[in-house]
Amino acid sequence: MNARVSPGLDANAALSRPLVRIVIVGHVDHGKSTLIGRLLAETGSLPDGKLEQLKAVSARRGMPFELSFLLDALQTERDQGITIDTSQIRFRTPSRDFILIDAPGHAEFLRNMITGASQADAALLIVDAAEGVREQTRRHGYLLHLLGVRQVVVVINKMDRVGYDDGRFREIDAEISAHLGGFGVKPAAVIPISARHGDGVVTKTAAIDWYAGPTVVEALDQFAPAQPATALPLRLPVQAVYKFDDRRIVAGRIESGRIAIGDEIAVAPSGKRARVRSIESWPAADTGMTVAASAGRSIGITLDRELFIARGDLIALAAASAPSAQLIKARIFWLHDEPLAAGAVVSVQVGTAEVRGTVTAIENSVDPGEVVQTHARTIGQNHVGDIEIALAAPIAVDLYENNRRTGRVVLEYAGRIAGGGLVLALPGEAKKAVAAVAAPLIARAVELSRGLADLDAAGRLAAFRHEVEGRIAFTTSFGLEDQVVAHMICEAGLDIDLVTLDTGRLFPETYATWEETEQRYGRRIRAIYPRHTELEALVQAQGINGFYRSREARAACCDVRKVEPLNRALAGATGWITGLRADQSAHREQIGLVAADPGRGLLKLSPLHDWAREAVRGFAGAHAVPYNPLHAKGFASIGCAPCTRAIGPGEPERAGRWWWEDESKKECGLHTAPGAAR
Amino acid sequence: MDRLDELEAQSIFIFREAFARMKKLALLWSLGKDSNVMIWLARKAFFGHLPFPAMHVDTGKKFPEMYAFRDRYAREWNLDLIVEECPPLEGIDPTLPPAARSAARKTEGLKLALAKHGFDGLIAGIRRDEEATRAKERVFSPRGLEGNWDVRDQPPEFWDHFNARLPAGAHLRVHPILHWTEADIWTYTRREGIPIIPLYLARNGKRYRSLGDADITNPVPSQARTIDEIIAELDTTKTPERSGRAMDHEAEDTFERLRASGYL
Repeated sequence: MNARVSPGLDANAALSRPLVRIVIVGHVDHGKSTLIGRLLAETGSLPDGKLEQLKAVSARRGMPFELSFLLDALQTERDQGITIDTSQIRFRTPSRDFILIDAPGHAEFLRNMITGASQADAALLIVDAAEGVREQTRRHGYLLHLLGVRQVVVVINKMDRVGYDDGRFREIDAEISAHLGGFGVKPAAVIPISARHGDGVVTKTAAIDWYAGPTVVEALDQFAPAQPATALPLRLPVQAVYKFDDRRIVAGRIESGRIAIGDEIAVAPSGKRARVRSIESWPAADTGMTVAASAGRSIGITLDRELFIARGDLIALAAASAPSAQLIKARIFWLHDEPLAAGAVVSVQVGTAEVRGTVTAIENSVDPGEVVQTHARTIGQNHVGDIEIALAAPIAVDLYENNRRTGRVVLEYAGRIAGGGLVLALPGEAKKAVAAVAAPLIARAVELSRGLADLDAAGRLAAFRHEVEGRIAFTTSFGLEDQVVAHMICEAGLDIDLVTLDTGRLFPETYATWEETEQRYGRRIRAIYPRHTELEALVQAQGINGFYRSREARAACCDVRKVEPLNRALAGATGWITGLRADQSAHREQIGLVAADPGRGLLKLSPLHDWAREAVRGFAGAHAVPYNPLHAKGFASIGCAPCTRAIGPGEPERAGRWWWEDESKKECGLHTAPGAAR
Repeated sequence: MDRLDELEAQSIFIFREAFARMKKLALLWSLGKDSNVMIWLARKAFFGHLPFPAMHVDTGKKFPEMYAFRDRYAREWNLDLIVEECPPLEGIDPTLPPAARSAARKTEGLKLALAKHGFDGLIAGIRRDEEATRAKERVFSPRGLEGNWDVRDQPPEFWDHFNARLPAGAHLRVHPILHWTEADIWTYTRREGIPIIPLYLARNGKRYRSLGDADITNPVPSQARTIDEIIAELDTTKTPERSGRAMDHEAEDTFERLRASGYL
């Protein structure tokens, strides 16, 4: 806890009473607003005159007064007779304070139901005894689960309409309990009521004398406010770094755990470490009073050294650091009217981190409102599903099962929040951790990276060949880096396969360079071609230049012409050599000297990873390495002819690739994590 | 962590999100109890600084005590104060009832100030418990190009993730104390020692619960002469907070109409 002293507050009963936020959900017309009206009226929680005022309005409009009018404060709502947004209404019992969040039952307003329910500690799910379990009953029940609302009470309303029949009550109880149980939600109580007549709300009346459980108010009194997750490991998402004065303050809200002066922290995803020097406060007199702070607090800290930290980073204790991932599997709900499909580009938010992501797979898409589930390949509006998202850059994220605050994801689509859900798995992480080959492979990569770092590029190639048993393949596209690597391999006579992927769309200059290289070094370079059946189908589907039309079309073309052939080129290899350099693009900054590729079960060496463009040019010149004449015409990175252009002075090197697309994901998929590419 | 600590932490979080995500912010300073708490929270969020202007959209009809308060604390709190005048009554929708029409000057003044300064985010001290239509608000509330509020098409907002992307020319209202109650405001004001305008305290059996234009705001009967007594009074009262604000009560849907066109 914060060490701040707040004199006199303990004496204030209003502040020590627990405050519970409750949402009431269920199908439209099952009686939510009436139940709320009943609770407000019977607990004396209405402002003076409100009831009379609304009765007068009803009389003026010639409508019979309904308790639900209390909530339907907007004229538009009254006209349509349905609630369109969440209202927040206070209500008080002797033991605690409640905020009642009304949530609309109409499917059209699910985004408002979610907005309301996401703020709740507990929920009442209301079911009409006559109508029984309906579409929104099931859907809202499922969403409570996805939103993380774990305290649930079911009320079966309008018992007066079924003659207070206990058999009917048990029937519905069984149906809704089975539905909720299907995703692990067990209601704390199932209560028969009539909100209109008052049975079961505050008192158990004679009409339901066969019922032995609590009334609604008694059940409400069992709800507890959500507690900050102080017992979990520290998670402090960085909101900003402030330099208003001589202090450099890292600001954020503690989502879980506790932080204290002197703690060693690790920043994800960078992995950088530092110690906490101070916890800052205002007014200044408070600074120094605070030596530690725990979950729920918005704080600012200074560190003992200047790390590069930015909004979106996640601070954890070094002893319990947060995982980072570039591939996320999540169970989400989707609210946009356009269905979510594989290939969709979304903005992915986890805590304060935000990064562009591409949906790479959709599974188990269902309408949670339906009894019979039909699994679709897209996720429609108000439906749920499991998706895999490949991110443009790694972000810090927990699994939901480990941390409910930092293990959830929010998706923005077309500039608006459109979905959200729970992080089920980090497949990249899982592969590393689970696959038998992964752990030793990663350890080996780390070991080789260190061992080879101080050698020159030719030395790295020779040492890699010496250290790694089995077949090693070098994939070249005849760019300047590749030519330098090819030169080194051939001059040293290393037993490394030279392979190229002929997409069928290369520049004539590239083919000329290919031939010149074979002649210069006296070695054949093995060509791998796309599978003709797949290529024919692609061109049939999208046309000969269809890849210009959309990112998805382009990715499909890259898949058929490059990614699939690459997989064949590397099949059975234990090592893979590339000409990648880290400064070619932001996406490639992460490239190390030796990386593990657990998906393909091989080690990937990029001997030039720390070279600058000028060094490559200098080496090629000094050794008369054959080079693609397009380089002299302003081409930096050379791929397929239709998708490569020259760049101007000062433009980034990869600006000439897929220039009509967004900057963030200029990769064909060869050098992204396997799985992310397809 | 007690309730005030939770409220404070949540508001600070919202302030920092707004400052991180919007390009040009201003805080709307109405000089009332809520916006004073807001300034206090912002200075906590930014460690003593208010890194954007405090804007008073002035109808010219506030109580003298309010102007005195503004001039004193703008200096003491080192605020970057912007005062913008509201247009005259003649330019306002004549179909509105008189007090609402008068209050609507503020909406027009706000629109002019927005156009003049090009703010993309306005921080406003409204609370859900003040009035039923405000209960419908989002924390980050996108406004149309005319500054209007479309209650039917509000984006979803959950888990403290806010919609901050806007079409060019539109702006966003940010509501850092949306989840506070009137009693929370007073309890926090007492705990933190935040200065208030004395009109809130009872004199001769009356006090102002909500401050607006002098000609359309009335005091309510009250014996509460200290903040402690206000807190005790609120614990038992069933009178709505805005009962002294004439424009809310002229017609059933007045306040809703004001808000749909951009009123706070």
